[in-house]
Amino acid sequence: MGEEVKVFRTWSSPFALRVVWALDLKGIKYETIYEDLSNKSPLLLQYNPIHKKVPVLLHNSKPIAESLVILEYIEDTWKHRPLLPQDPHQRANARFWIKFGEDKVFPAVRDSLLKQGKEQEEAHEAALESFKLLEEELKGKKLFGGEEIGMVDIALGWLANLVSVLEEVLVLKFIDEHKFPLLSAWMRLFADIPVIKQSWPPRDKLVTKYIAIREARLATN
Amino acid sequence: MAEESKVTLYGYWPSPFAKMVEIALKLKGVPYEYVEEDLTNKSQMLLSLNPVHKKVPVLVHNGKPIAESLVILEYIDETWKNGPQLLPMDPYKRAQVRFWASFVQQQLQDSMIKVAMTEGEAREKLVEEAYEKMRLLDEGLKSFFPDGNPSIDTEHLGLLDVVFVSFFGNHKVHEEVLGFKVIDPEKTPLIHCWLKALLDLPLLKETLPPHDKMVAFIKFINESALKSSTA
Repeated sequence: MGEEVKVFRTWSSPFALRVVWALDLKGIKYETIYEDLSNKSPLLLQYNPIHKKVPVLLHNSKPIAESLVILEYIEDTWKHRPLLPQDPHQRANARFWIKFGEDKVFPAVRDSLLKQGKEQEEAHEAALESFKLLEEELKGKKLFGGEEIGMVDIALGWLANLVSVLEEVLVLKFIDEHKFPLLSAWMRLFADIPVIKQSWPPRDKLVTKYIAIREARLATN
Repeated sequence: MAEESKVTLYGYWPSPFAKMVEIALKLKGVPYEYVEEDLTNKSQMLLSLNPVHKKVPVLVHNGKPIAESLVILEYIDETWKNGPQLLPMDPYKRAQVRFWASFVQQQLQDSMIKVAMTEGEAREKLVEEAYEKMRLLDEGLKSFFPDGNPSIDTEHLGLLDVVFVSFFGNHKVHEEVLGFKVIDPEKTPLIHCWLKALLDLPLLKETLPPHDKMVAFIKFINESALKSSTA
Protein backbone atom coordinates (compact mmCIF):
# COMPACT_ATOMS: atom_id res chain seq x y z
CA MET A 1 0.00 0.00 0.00
CA GLY A 2 3.01 2.25 0.40
CA GLU A 3 1.77 4.06 3.47
CA GLU A 4 4.53 5.42 5.62
CA VAL A 5 4.01 4.82 9.33
CA LYS A 6 6.66 5.74 11.88
CA VAL A 7 6.60 5.62 15.66
CA PHE A 8 8.86 7.82 17.74
CA ARG A 9 9.34 6.19 21.13
CA THR A 10 11.79 5.40 23.89
CA TRP A 11 12.67 1.86 24.97
CA SER A 12 10.52 2.15 28.09
CA SER A 13 7.83 4.81 27.69
CA PRO A 14 4.53 3.23 28.76
CA PHE A 15 2.67 5.81 26.65
CA ALA A 16 4.58 4.83 23.53
CA LEU A 17 3.84 1.16 24.22
CA ARG A 18 0.13 1.92 23.82
CA VAL A 19 0.77 3.01 20.24
CA VAL A 20 2.96 -0.03 19.54
CA TRP A 21 0.26 -2.36 20.87
CA ALA A 22 -2.53 -0.75 18.84
CA LEU A 23 -0.54 -0.92 15.62
CA ASP A 24 0.60 -4.49 16.29
CA LEU A 25 -2.95 -5.63 17.10
CA LYS A 26 -4.18 -4.17 13.82
CA GLY A 27 -1.21 -5.67 11.98
CA ILE A 28 0.02 -2.31 10.71
CA LYS A 29 3.65 -2.20 9.56
CA TYR A 30 5.71 0.68 10.88
CA GLU A 31 9.24 1.92 11.38
CA THR A 32 10.41 2.56 14.93
CA ILE A 33 12.62 5.49 15.86
CA TYR A 34 14.07 5.37 19.35
CA GLU A 35 14.60 8.72 21.02
CA ASP A 36 17.00 9.66 23.77
CA LEU A 37 14.99 12.15 25.79
CA SER A 38 18.12 13.78 27.19
CA ASN A 39 19.12 14.52 23.59
CA LYS A 40 15.95 14.93 21.56
CA SER A 41 16.24 14.68 17.82
CA PRO A 42 15.39 17.69 15.64
CA LEU A 43 12.68 15.55 14.02
CA LEU A 44 10.94 14.93 17.35
CA LEU A 45 11.04 18.63 18.18
CA GLN A 46 9.65 19.43 14.76
CA TYR A 47 6.85 16.85 14.98
CA ASN A 48 5.82 17.60 18.55
CA PRO A 49 6.78 21.20 19.20
CA ILE A 50 4.12 21.70 21.87
CA HIS A 51 5.04 18.94 24.28
CA LYS A 52 8.39 17.73 22.87
CA LYS A 53 7.58 14.21 24.01
CA VAL A 54 7.14 10.67 22.81
CA PRO A 55 5.15 9.01 21.46
CA VAL A 56 4.63 10.64 18.09
CA LEU A 57 3.00 8.79 15.23
CA LEU A 58 3.96 9.87 11.75
CA HIS A 59 1.57 8.76 9.03
CA ASN A 60 2.15 9.88 5.45
CA SER A 61 4.36 12.65 6.80
CA LYS A 62 1.71 13.99 9.19
CA PRO A 63 2.58 13.90 12.89
CA ILE A 64 0.14 13.09 15.68
CA ALA A 65 1.09 13.52 19.35
CA GLU A 66 -0.50 12.48 22.67
CA SER A 67 -0.90 8.72 23.05
CA LEU A 68 -4.67 8.71 23.58
CA VAL A 69 -5.21 11.00 20.58
CA ILE A 70 -2.98 8.65 18.59
CA LEU A 71 -5.04 5.61 19.66
CA GLU A 72 -8.24 7.29 18.40
CA TYR A 73 -6.44 8.22 15.17
CA ILE A 74 -5.33 4.62 14.64
CA GLU A 75 -8.93 3.48 15.26
CA ASP A 76 -10.31 6.09 12.82
CA THR A 77 -7.77 5.27 10.12
CA TRP A 78 -7.54 1.46 10.18
CA LYS A 79 -11.07 0.19 10.70
CA HIS A 80 -10.39 -3.55 10.87
CA ARG A 81 -9.94 -5.22 14.26
CA PRO A 82 -11.81 -2.41 16.07
CA LEU A 83 -10.57 -1.35 19.50
CA LEU A 84 -13.78 0.46 20.47
CA PRO A 85 -17.33 -0.95 20.55
CA GLN A 86 -19.78 0.09 17.82
CA ASP A 87 -22.59 1.20 20.12
CA PRO A 88 -22.26 4.91 21.07
CA HIS A 89 -23.10 4.35 24.72
CA GLN A 90 -20.54 1.56 25.06
CA ARG A 91 -17.98 3.71 23.28
CA ALA A 92 -18.68 6.50 25.76
CA ASN A 93 -18.21 4.03 28.60
CA ALA A 94 -14.85 2.92 27.17
CA ARG A 95 -13.69 6.53 26.80
CA PHE A 96 -14.83 7.24 30.34
CA TRP A 97 -12.57 4.52 31.75
CA ILE A 98 -9.66 5.57 29.56
CA LYS A 99 -9.96 9.07 31.00
CA PHE A 100 -10.29 7.62 34.50
CA GLY A 101 -7.01 5.80 33.98
CA GLU A 102 -5.28 9.03 32.91
CA ASP A 103 -6.82 11.36 35.48
CA LYS A 104 -6.95 9.13 38.56
CA VAL A 105 -4.98 5.90 38.29
CA PHE A 106 -1.81 7.13 36.62
CA PRO A 107 -1.20 10.28 38.72
CA ALA A 108 -1.71 8.33 41.97
CA VAL A 109 0.76 5.63 40.97
CA ARG A 110 3.22 8.22 39.64
CA ASP A 111 3.06 10.23 42.86
CA SER A 112 3.60 7.06 44.89
CA LEU A 113 6.91 6.80 43.04
CA LEU A 114 7.89 10.45 43.22
CA LYS A 115 6.83 11.44 46.73
CA GLN A 116 7.68 10.40 50.23
CA GLY A 117 6.24 10.50 53.70
CA LYS A 118 2.65 11.59 54.09
CA GLU A 119 2.33 12.65 50.44
CA GLN A 120 3.38 9.18 49.32
CA GLU A 121 0.90 7.58 51.72
CA GLU A 122 -1.89 9.70 50.33
CA ALA A 123 -0.92 8.92 46.74
CA HIS A 124 -0.77 5.20 47.56
CA GLU A 125 -4.19 5.39 49.18
CA ALA A 126 -5.61 7.19 46.14
CA ALA A 127 -4.12 4.50 43.90
CA LEU A 128 -5.81 1.75 45.92
CA GLU A 129 -9.14 3.61 45.73
CA SER A 130 -8.80 3.84 41.95
CA PHE A 131 -8.04 0.10 41.71
CA LYS A 132 -11.28 -0.66 43.57
CA LEU A 133 -13.21 1.10 40.84
CA LEU A 134 -11.32 -0.77 38.12
CA GLU A 135 -12.06 -4.03 39.95
CA GLU A 136 -15.80 -3.11 39.88
CA GLU A 137 -15.67 -2.37 36.16
CA LEU A 138 -14.13 -5.78 35.43
CA LYS A 139 -17.05 -7.69 36.96
CA GLY A 140 -18.38 -10.20 34.43
CA LYS A 141 -15.52 -9.53 32.03
CA LYS A 142 -12.06 -10.98 31.60
CA LEU A 143 -10.76 -7.95 29.73
CA PHE A 144 -12.02 -4.34 29.87
CA GLY A 145 -12.87 -4.78 26.20
CA GLY A 146 -14.86 -7.95 26.94
CA GLU A 147 -13.62 -11.05 25.14
CA GLU A 148 -10.90 -9.25 23.23
CA ILE A 149 -8.44 -6.45 23.99
CA GLY A 150 -9.95 -3.02 23.49
CA MET A 151 -8.76 0.53 23.81
CA VAL A 152 -9.33 0.54 27.57
CA ASP A 153 -7.04 -2.48 28.00
CA ILE A 154 -4.40 -0.76 25.88
CA ALA A 155 -4.72 2.51 27.80
CA LEU A 156 -4.46 0.75 31.18
CA GLY A 157 -1.97 -1.87 30.00
CA TRP A 158 0.97 -0.11 31.63
CA LEU A 159 -0.38 -1.44 34.95
CA ALA A 160 0.23 -4.99 33.83
CA ASN A 161 4.00 -4.74 34.01
CA LEU A 162 4.83 -1.50 35.79
CA VAL A 163 2.90 -2.31 38.96
CA SER A 164 5.15 -5.22 39.86
CA VAL A 165 8.25 -3.18 38.98
CA LEU A 166 7.14 -0.33 41.24
CA GLU A 167 6.15 -2.75 44.01
CA GLU A 168 9.75 -3.95 43.96
CA VAL A 169 11.28 -0.45 43.76
CA LEU A 170 9.10 1.05 46.48
CA VAL A 171 8.61 -2.06 48.65
CA LEU A 172 4.93 -1.18 48.58
CA LYS A 173 1.99 -3.35 47.58
CA PHE A 174 -0.39 -1.96 45.00
CA ILE A 175 -2.45 -4.79 43.60
CA ASP A 176 -2.91 -7.55 46.13
CA GLU A 177 -4.22 -10.79 44.64
CA HIS A 178 -6.80 -11.19 47.40
CA LYS A 179 -8.03 -7.58 47.47
CA PHE A 180 -8.13 -7.25 43.68
CA PRO A 181 -8.66 -10.74 42.24
CA LEU A 182 -10.19 -9.55 38.95
CA LEU A 183 -7.59 -6.87 38.35
CA SER A 184 -4.79 -9.33 39.15
CA ALA A 185 -6.24 -11.87 36.73
CA TRP A 186 -6.57 -9.14 34.08
CA MET A 187 -2.94 -8.13 34.51
CA ARG A 188 -1.77 -11.73 34.05
CA LEU A 189 -4.03 -12.32 31.05
CA PHE A 190 -3.06 -9.06 29.36
CA ALA A 191 0.67 -9.50 29.93
CA ASP A 192 0.59 -12.95 28.36
CA ILE A 193 -1.13 -12.04 25.11
CA PRO A 194 1.57 -12.64 22.47
CA VAL A 195 1.33 -9.21 20.82
CA ILE A 196 1.70 -7.59 24.25
CA LYS A 197 4.27 -10.00 25.66
CA GLN A 198 6.67 -9.54 22.76
CA SER A 199 7.02 -5.82 23.42
CA TRP A 200 7.59 -5.61 27.20
CA PRO A 201 10.80 -3.73 27.97
CA PRO A 202 13.35 -5.78 29.95
CA ARG A 203 12.25 -5.89 33.59
CA ASP A 204 15.66 -5.45 35.19
CA LYS A 205 16.30 -2.32 33.12
CA LEU A 206 12.91 -0.98 34.23
CA VAL A 207 13.71 -1.58 37.89
CA THR A 208 17.00 0.28 37.48
CA LYS A 209 15.27 3.11 35.64
CA TYR A 210 12.59 3.69 38.27
CA ILE A 211 15.01 3.43 41.18
CA ALA A 212 17.07 6.14 39.50
CA ILE A 213 13.99 8.33 38.88
CA ARG A 214 12.94 8.09 42.51
CA GLU A 215 16.43 8.82 43.82
CA ALA A 216 16.81 11.82 41.54
CA ARG A 217 13.43 13.21 42.59
CA LEU A 218 14.01 12.72 46.30
CA ALA A 219 17.44 14.35 46.01
CA THR A 220 15.89 17.55 44.67
CA ASN A 221 13.34 17.78 47.50
CA MET B 1 -41.29 11.87 23.29
CA ALA B 2 -40.95 8.33 24.58
CA GLU B 3 -39.51 8.16 28.08
CA GLU B 4 -36.63 6.03 26.83
CA SER B 5 -35.33 8.55 24.31
CA LYS B 6 -35.58 11.45 26.74
CA VAL B 7 -32.42 13.49 27.22
CA THR B 8 -31.54 15.00 30.58
CA LEU B 9 -28.49 17.12 31.35
CA TYR B 10 -27.36 17.50 34.95
CA GLY B 11 -25.32 20.68 35.13
CA TYR B 12 -24.14 23.59 37.21
CA TRP B 13 -24.48 27.06 35.70
CA PRO B 14 -20.89 28.31 36.25
CA SER B 15 -19.25 25.07 35.12
CA PRO B 16 -17.57 25.34 31.71
CA PHE B 17 -17.64 21.52 31.51
CA ALA B 18 -21.43 21.49 31.78
CA LYS B 19 -21.71 24.53 29.51
CA MET B 20 -19.93 22.64 26.71
CA VAL B 21 -22.57 19.94 26.75
CA GLU B 22 -25.43 22.46 26.81
CA ILE B 23 -24.02 24.22 23.78
CA ALA B 24 -23.53 20.94 21.90
CA LEU B 25 -27.12 19.86 22.56
CA LYS B 26 -28.44 23.22 21.38
CA LEU B 27 -26.32 23.14 18.24
CA LYS B 28 -27.67 19.72 17.37
CA GLY B 29 -31.22 20.81 18.11
CA VAL B 30 -31.69 18.04 20.67
CA PRO B 31 -34.60 18.68 23.04
CA TYR B 32 -33.47 18.12 26.61
CA GLU B 33 -34.38 18.69 30.21
CA TYR B 34 -31.85 20.63 32.25
CA VAL B 35 -31.41 19.88 35.93
CA GLU B 36 -29.42 22.41 37.93
CA GLU B 37 -27.30 20.74 40.60
CA ASP B 38 -26.10 22.51 43.71
CA LEU B 39 -22.56 21.16 43.99
CA THR B 40 -22.43 22.07 47.69
CA ASN B 41 -25.43 19.80 48.21
CA LYS B 42 -25.36 17.09 45.56
CA SER B 43 -28.57 15.26 44.84
CA GLN B 44 -28.91 11.52 45.36
CA MET B 45 -29.69 11.31 41.67
CA LEU B 46 -26.35 12.83 40.68
CA LEU B 47 -24.47 10.56 43.06
CA SER B 48 -26.16 7.52 41.58
CA LEU B 49 -25.63 8.65 37.97
CA ASN B 50 -21.95 9.46 38.40
CA PRO B 51 -20.78 7.44 41.39
CA VAL B 52 -17.13 7.48 40.28
CA HIS B 53 -16.62 11.25 40.20
CA LYS B 54 -19.86 12.63 41.67
CA LYS B 55 -19.59 15.58 39.28
CA VAL B 56 -21.46 17.40 36.56
CA PRO B 57 -22.03 17.24 33.69
CA VAL B 58 -23.92 13.98 33.33
CA LEU B 59 -26.03 13.32 30.27
CA VAL B 60 -28.77 10.74 30.53
CA HIS B 61 -30.11 9.28 27.28
CA ASN B 62 -32.21 6.16 26.84
CA GLY B 63 -32.09 5.83 30.61
CA LYS B 64 -28.29 5.50 30.58
CA PRO B 65 -25.87 8.03 32.07
CA ILE B 66 -22.71 9.33 30.41
CA ALA B 67 -20.12 11.36 32.32
CA GLU B 68 -16.99 13.37 31.39
CA SER B 69 -17.65 16.40 29.21
CA LEU B 70 -15.45 15.53 26.21
CA VAL B 71 -16.75 11.94 26.25
CA ILE B 72 -20.30 13.32 26.25
CA LEU B 73 -19.52 15.61 23.31
CA GLU B 74 -18.25 12.68 21.23
CA TYR B 75 -21.37 10.71 22.21
CA ILE B 76 -23.62 13.57 21.12
CA ASP B 77 -21.78 13.82 17.81
CA GLU B 78 -22.14 10.07 17.18
CA THR B 79 -25.78 9.89 18.20
CA TRP B 80 -27.42 12.98 16.64
CA LYS B 81 -26.65 13.69 13.04
CA ASN B 82 -28.54 17.02 12.78
CA GLY B 83 -26.71 20.30 13.03
CA PRO B 84 -22.96 20.76 12.63
CA GLN B 85 -20.57 17.83 12.84
CA LEU B 86 -18.58 18.44 15.98
CA LEU B 87 -15.70 16.32 14.76
CA PRO B 88 -14.53 16.40 11.13
CA MET B 89 -14.60 13.23 9.02
CA ASP B 90 -10.90 13.19 8.20
CA PRO B 91 -8.92 11.19 10.83
CA TYR B 92 -5.98 13.60 10.87
CA LYS B 93 -8.24 16.63 11.37
CA ARG B 94 -10.09 14.72 14.09
CA ALA B 95 -6.76 14.10 15.82
CA GLN B 96 -5.91 17.81 15.67
CA VAL B 97 -9.29 18.76 17.16
CA ARG B 98 -8.92 16.18 19.95
CA PHE B 99 -5.35 17.30 20.66
CA TRP B 100 -6.26 20.97 21.02
CA ALA B 101 -9.53 20.33 22.88
CA SER B 102 -7.56 18.39 25.46
CA PHE B 103 -4.94 21.15 25.54
CA VAL B 104 -7.57 23.82 26.23
CA GLN B 105 -9.42 21.82 28.81
CA GLN B 106 -6.38 20.61 30.72
CA GLN B 107 -3.33 22.75 30.11
CA LEU B 108 -4.91 26.16 29.61
CA GLN B 109 -7.53 25.67 32.29
CA ASP B 110 -4.86 24.44 34.73
CA SER B 111 -2.77 27.55 34.12
CA MET B 112 -5.73 29.84 34.76
CA ILE B 113 -6.59 28.07 37.98
CA LYS B 114 -2.99 28.29 39.18
CA VAL B 115 -2.95 32.04 38.52
CA ALA B 116 -6.23 32.45 40.38
CA MET B 117 -4.92 30.54 43.39
CA THR B 118 -1.60 32.39 43.69
CA GLU B 119 -0.66 35.83 44.91
CA GLY B 120 2.40 38.03 44.78
CA GLU B 121 5.61 37.38 42.87
CA ALA B 122 4.91 33.71 42.21
CA ARG B 123 1.82 34.79 40.32
CA GLU B 124 3.78 36.76 37.71
CA LYS B 125 5.65 33.65 36.65
CA LEU B 126 2.37 31.74 36.37
CA VAL B 127 0.81 34.52 34.28
CA GLU B 128 3.77 34.28 31.92
CA GLU B 129 3.31 30.50 31.68
CA ALA B 130 -0.38 31.00 30.91
CA TYR B 131 0.50 33.42 28.09
CA GLU B 132 3.03 30.95 26.74
CA LYS B 133 0.36 28.25 26.52
CA MET B 134 -2.04 30.69 24.87
CA ARG B 135 0.65 31.47 22.31
CA LEU B 136 1.02 27.76 21.55
CA LEU B 137 -2.71 27.54 20.91
CA ASP B 138 -2.60 30.67 18.78
CA GLU B 139 0.13 29.06 16.69
CA GLY B 140 -1.85 25.82 16.46
CA LEU B 141 -4.95 27.68 15.28
CA LYS B 142 -3.14 28.63 12.09
CA SER B 143 -3.86 25.16 10.71
CA PHE B 144 -7.58 25.65 11.39
CA PHE B 145 -7.75 29.17 9.98
CA PRO B 146 -5.11 29.20 7.24
CA ASP B 147 -6.17 32.56 5.87
CA GLY B 148 -5.98 34.08 9.34
CA ASN B 149 -9.63 35.00 9.35
CA PRO B 150 -11.88 32.95 11.62
CA SER B 151 -15.37 33.60 10.31
CA ILE B 152 -17.82 31.23 11.85
CA ASP B 153 -21.48 30.41 11.62
CA THR B 154 -23.48 28.05 13.80
CA GLU B 155 -23.82 25.48 11.01
CA HIS B 156 -20.07 24.94 11.03
CA LEU B 157 -19.15 25.10 14.69
CA GLY B 158 -16.96 22.26 15.84
CA LEU B 159 -15.87 20.63 19.06
CA LEU B 160 -12.89 22.93 19.55
CA ASP B 161 -15.10 26.03 19.15
CA VAL B 162 -17.50 24.63 21.74
CA VAL B 163 -14.72 23.77 24.21
CA PHE B 164 -12.89 27.05 23.84
CA VAL B 165 -15.94 29.30 24.11
CA SER B 166 -17.08 27.40 27.20
CA PHE B 167 -13.82 28.06 29.01
CA PHE B 168 -12.93 31.47 27.64
CA GLY B 169 -16.22 33.00 26.53
CA ASN B 170 -16.36 34.74 29.89
CA HIS B 171 -12.77 35.93 29.59
CA LYS B 172 -13.73 39.48 30.55
CA VAL B 173 -14.84 38.05 33.88
CA HIS B 174 -11.46 36.42 34.38
CA GLU B 175 -9.70 39.63 33.36
CA GLU B 176 -11.71 41.65 35.83
CA VAL B 177 -11.12 39.22 38.67
CA LEU B 178 -7.53 38.22 37.90
CA GLY B 179 -6.33 41.59 36.71
CA PHE B 180 -4.53 40.45 33.56
CA LYS B 181 -5.55 40.40 29.94
CA VAL B 182 -6.33 36.70 29.46
CA ILE B 183 -7.03 37.17 25.75
CA ASP B 184 -4.49 39.72 24.53
CA PRO B 185 -5.02 40.81 20.90
CA GLU B 186 -1.32 41.54 20.56
CA LYS B 187 0.04 38.33 22.09
CA THR B 188 -2.60 36.02 20.60
CA PRO B 189 -4.23 37.78 17.65
CA LEU B 190 -5.83 34.70 16.11
CA ILE B 191 -7.40 33.60 19.41
CA HIS B 192 -8.69 37.13 19.89
CA CYS B 193 -10.40 37.19 16.45
CA TRP B 194 -11.71 33.66 16.88
CA LEU B 195 -13.29 34.37 20.25
CA LYS B 196 -14.82 37.60 18.97
CA ALA B 197 -16.39 35.70 16.05
CA LEU B 198 -17.71 33.04 18.42
CA LEU B 199 -19.21 35.57 20.83
CA ASP B 200 -20.98 37.27 17.91
CA LEU B 201 -23.18 34.19 17.58
CA PRO B 202 -26.38 34.73 19.57
CA LEU B 203 -26.71 31.04 20.50
CA LEU B 204 -23.33 31.09 22.23
CA LYS B 205 -23.67 34.54 23.77
CA GLU B 206 -27.06 33.63 25.25
CA THR B 207 -25.96 30.27 26.63
CA LEU B 208 -22.92 31.58 28.49
CA PRO B 209 -23.50 32.80 32.05
CA PRO B 210 -24.17 36.56 32.43
CA HIS B 211 -21.05 38.63 33.13
CA ASP B 212 -21.99 40.10 36.53
CA LYS B 213 -23.32 36.85 37.91
CA MET B 214 -20.06 35.14 36.89
CA VAL B 215 -17.87 37.88 38.39
CA ALA B 216 -19.60 37.57 41.75
CA PHE B 217 -19.28 33.79 41.63
CA ILE B 218 -15.56 33.73 40.68
CA LYS B 219 -14.70 36.30 43.34
CA PHE B 220 -16.46 34.17 45.92
CA ILE B 221 -14.63 31.00 44.81
CA ASN B 222 -11.22 32.68 44.75
CA GLU B 223 -11.68 34.16 48.18
CA SER B 224 -12.75 30.83 49.65
CA ALA B 225 -9.85 29.05 47.97
CA LEU B 226 -7.27 31.55 49.17
CA LYS B 227 -8.68 31.41 52.66
CA SER B 228 -8.52 27.63 52.79
CA SER B 229 -5.00 27.51 51.36
CA THR B 230 -3.63 29.96 53.88
CA ALA B 231 -5.55 28.58 56.83
